[in-house]
Formats: sequence, structure tokens, C-alpha cells
Amino acid sequence: MASRTALKQLLNRRAVATWTPVRSAGFSTMAKVLHQHQPPRTPNTSQDPSGTQSTQTHFGFQNIPEDMKETLVRQVFANVATKYDIMNDVMSGGIHRLWKDHFIRTLAPTSGTKLLDVAGGTGDIAMRFLDYCKETHGDNTAQVTVFDINPNMLEVGKERFSKTPYHNTSQVSFMEGNAEKLEHIPDNSMDAYTIAFGIRNVTHIDRVLKEAYRILKPGGRFMCLEFSKVENPLISKVYDVFSFEVIPTMGHIIANDRDSYQYLVESIRKFPPQKEFAKMIKDAGFTIMGQGYEDLTFGVAAIHSGFKL
Amino acid sequence: HPPTGKLYEHHIPISPIQRALLAVGSAFTALYNPFRGDMVAALGETTGGIFLSRIRDQMLQDPEGRRILKERPKITSETMQLDKLRQLPDGTFGREYVRFLDDQQVSPDTREPVCFVDSEELAYVMQRYRETHDFYHTLTGLPVTVDGEIALKWFEMMQTGLPMTMLSSFFGPLRLTSAERERLFDVYVPWALENGSNSKSLMNVRWEEWMDRPVEEVQRELRVQPCPQA
Repeated sequence: MASRTALKQLLNRRAVATWTPVRSAGFSTMAKVLHQHQPPRTPNTSQDPSGTQSTQTHFGFQNIPEDMKETLVRQVFANVATKYDIMNDVMSGGIHRLWKDHFIRTLAPTSGTKLLDVAGGTGDIAMRFLDYCKETHGDNTAQVTVFDINPNMLEVGKERFSKTPYHNTSQVSFMEGNAEKLEHIPDNSMDAYTIAFGIRNVTHIDRVLKEAYRILKPGGRFMCLEFSKVENPLISKVYDVFSFEVIPTMGHIIANDRDSYQYLVESIRKFPPQKEFAKMIKDAGFTIMGQGYEDLTFGVAAIHSGFKL
Repeated sequence: HPPTGKLYEHHIPISPIQRALLAVGSAFTALYNPFRGDMVAALGETTGGIFLSRIRDQMLQDPEGRRILKERPKITSETMQLDKLRQLPDGTFGREYVRFLDDQQVSPDTREPVCFVDSEELAYVMQRYRETHDFYHTLTGLPVTVDGEIALKWFEMMQTGLPMTMLSSFFGPLRLTSAERERLFDVYVPWALENGSNSKSLMNVRWEEWMDRPVEEVQRELRVQPCPQA
């Protein structure tokens, strides 16, 4: 939907109440697309081995055909990319920064570590990784590949890195692709694999874990930072109110996008809880230590970790 | 979980907490950045409340207003037949209205839809209020500068009492230069106070049927004097 007047005229003359913001195809368009793709509900009279219904999966609290999820998630992150960092600060009161700091300290990378940071988009983890190696070991041979399915998020990341000393060095590179199929990454090639606040958006978690296992060197470490389940019933209630009342409203006010943030908070509730996810990591072949996870902020987030041995 | 179901096409039912948050948040955002039309719209809708009911009741007491509520006309470039309006003689309301649209390079088609009003009829009232705004410019002669819009908000405040108009009227001037503020309070506001209260209630006007009449005649019948440009 185009804005009503050219921006220059807008600044000079037009004010208030009559300007429509530029908005890329938002959720209402997606909802229409979804509706068209729903398989018709006809009684299955003939024996059709291939089946007439495509597999369904969840998209937040909605059920959708599996092959649509990737498109919809891509749309969400294209919409939120430019305001992603601001919204993270607003939604978590800045706590996400502490989580990410702790995440990298837990990884404790050594000099020369090669990291694949999946769903790395705007570069928060990659930046901290390189800073840690520089500050703790005086090292600048560590390398990180920032990998993301969404080009808009990668653009924001490239923009941020362009203002750092890592710009135009071999320490950081950017790659667009699908975490379920790490096509150009050879087996046994990475020392570490991180995925922060990305895995709950994928269609097939098990495929992502298998790919992570494949590309890690023996002795390599898989680490995941993700929203998780709050066990404490009182805190859980407060968290729910905050998630469902405050966050979509803030998304609307700050980014003019209620729907994307509604999806985000719903997708958190659909992700497997800590123990279940730890089991999935084990099933992919990783060796986990102890329970395999550490709760952060009462379970609002959790760090899961496994080794390829 | 939403308190009511979806009542009309663009309806987004929200809980009382969300409504309060949105009202406050949109107020600050709209003041800070008046180009966020979506925030201005959200502010009006979350604070409209009983005032929309009052406007609707006023409309019910007037025959033309009743017809509008019954027939629910929409104002789009299609329904207004802008090409036909351009053929009208100069000085007619329709011709001047289209001249205004062409000068400003705007069209009646890109208004924000109403989302946060929990009643289908009141959502229409809000929509109608928004859609008829451009006619107010033609009627009063006020330009679409920031101070012109604020002057119109004062006028609308006298007419409708909508809190949104009050907020714009009282906080909007903070964004003006002191010269603009002086003209606003010396010329525009006294005009708005007098004309806003004396005139016929403009929500009862079926503007679509007034297009071929001269502007002065429309102003006389609606009891609105054009706003003096200082």
C-alpha cells in the first residue's frame, strides 16, 4: 500500500490523521494466502496412498500446512528486521543482552575457533563471540559465519558489522540458507554451532539438529539459546500477561506490526519444554552433560548444549 | 483471548489492558511523530468510547443523519466519482473539493480502517468521521499544514467532543513555531470555537448530495463561516 504523498511534500505540508504508512504485505495478505492453500475438506472415498491432506504444523496457535511455514516465518522476519534490536530491548527490558553475554561465556571459545552461528541475522551472538576471543585471548583468528534464512535480517547484521573493526576481515562472513539443509557446509568442519532464538521458528527441529551434528567436528559443541518454559506458577502467570497483553501492543506501537509479535509470543508456547528439547538433542546423536540445559530468568529462556563425541 | 468476537472486517478485539496500553502508547507516539497515521487512528479509536455513542445518537435525531446510518455510504474515489466532480463548474463544492484533492495529491482511498471499536455501528460512525475530514477542509478553507489541521481539530472538538480532538488541540500546538501558535490562538481558535458550536452537526451531512451546490451556499446552510487567513 503506497503512502499518500511523496515524502518531501509530506514533510512540508501534510500532517496528522491522513497518512497511511508504507507496509509490505502483512499478515492480512498472509491470511488470504493461507486460506487459498487450505486443502478442501472432501470425504476421502477412494483409497489414495499419497493422501489428499498435506501435513499440518503449528504457526503460533494456528494450524497450517507444513510447506507454508517457512514462507510465513520469512515474512515475519522481513517485517521485524529493521526494528528487531529495539523490540528485543523493549520486550525483555534489556535482559536479552545479559542472556547473550552469559551464552558466549558458557561457550568459552578458544583462539582460532570456527563458529557457525545459525539464525544469526542481526549479529548479536557473532559480535559477542569475536569480542570474547579478542578480549579474553587477544585472538583475531577466530572466525564466524553468520547464517540466516532471511536476507533482511542479514542486511541488518552486515550494516552493524560494517561499523566494527571486523568489517572486511576474514573473521566474519555472511551466508543465506536454510538451517534444515546446510548445503555448502562440509561435514566435520566447524568447532562450534550456535543458534540463538532461531530454532523455535524452524519447521523441522530434528532436521536442524541432524545438520548441526553433521557439520561439527568431533569434539565440537552445539549450543542453543531459546525461550523456554517457566515452571513457577506465579511467575508464569505474570509472564503470560506480559507476553500476550504487552508485547503485541508494543509491537503495534513501535513497529506498527501487532501480528508478527503475536506470532512470536505464540511460537514460544508451542516450542518443546526444556527436558523434551534436551532429549531431541540427544536423539540427534549429541552427548549431553547432566540435564543438558541451564535455565535463565526462571526458565523464560534456556541454554541447551551438546557435544559431538 | 479477545472479549468479543470479530464484529466486522477489520475488527481487532483487544483486552482492556491492551486497550489502556495502546491508548497511552499511541498518544505519546502520535505526539512524537504525527506522521504515524496508524497511531493517530489507534488513539482515536481507543479513546472514542462513549463519545462515538453520543455522535451516533445525535445522528439518529436528524433525518439526514438517520439516512446516513441506515445506508452507510462509503467515501472512495469510486463512490465520489471524482472525474464527474472535475466537470462541475468552478465554485461548486464538488469542484473545489476535487481541486483540493488534486492540489494535495491525495485521494479518499487510503484511510486507515477502523479496528479497535467494539461495535459495528460505532465503527461505521468512526469511519464516516475519518472519511469526511477532507470535506471539512473544503468547507472551512483551512489548509493542510500542521496548524491548519490543529485548527480543524479545535473545530471538531466543539462539534464532537471526541477526546482525540482534545488531545490534538491541547498538545498539538507544542509542535508549532511561536508565530504559528500566535496565529492559531489569535485567529483560528476563536473562529473554531464560534463556528464549531453554532454550525449544524457536520456528521449529519450527506456530503455526497451537496456536490453541485456553490461553496458559499453550503457554508450558509451549514452555518459555517470560512476561516479567516490571518
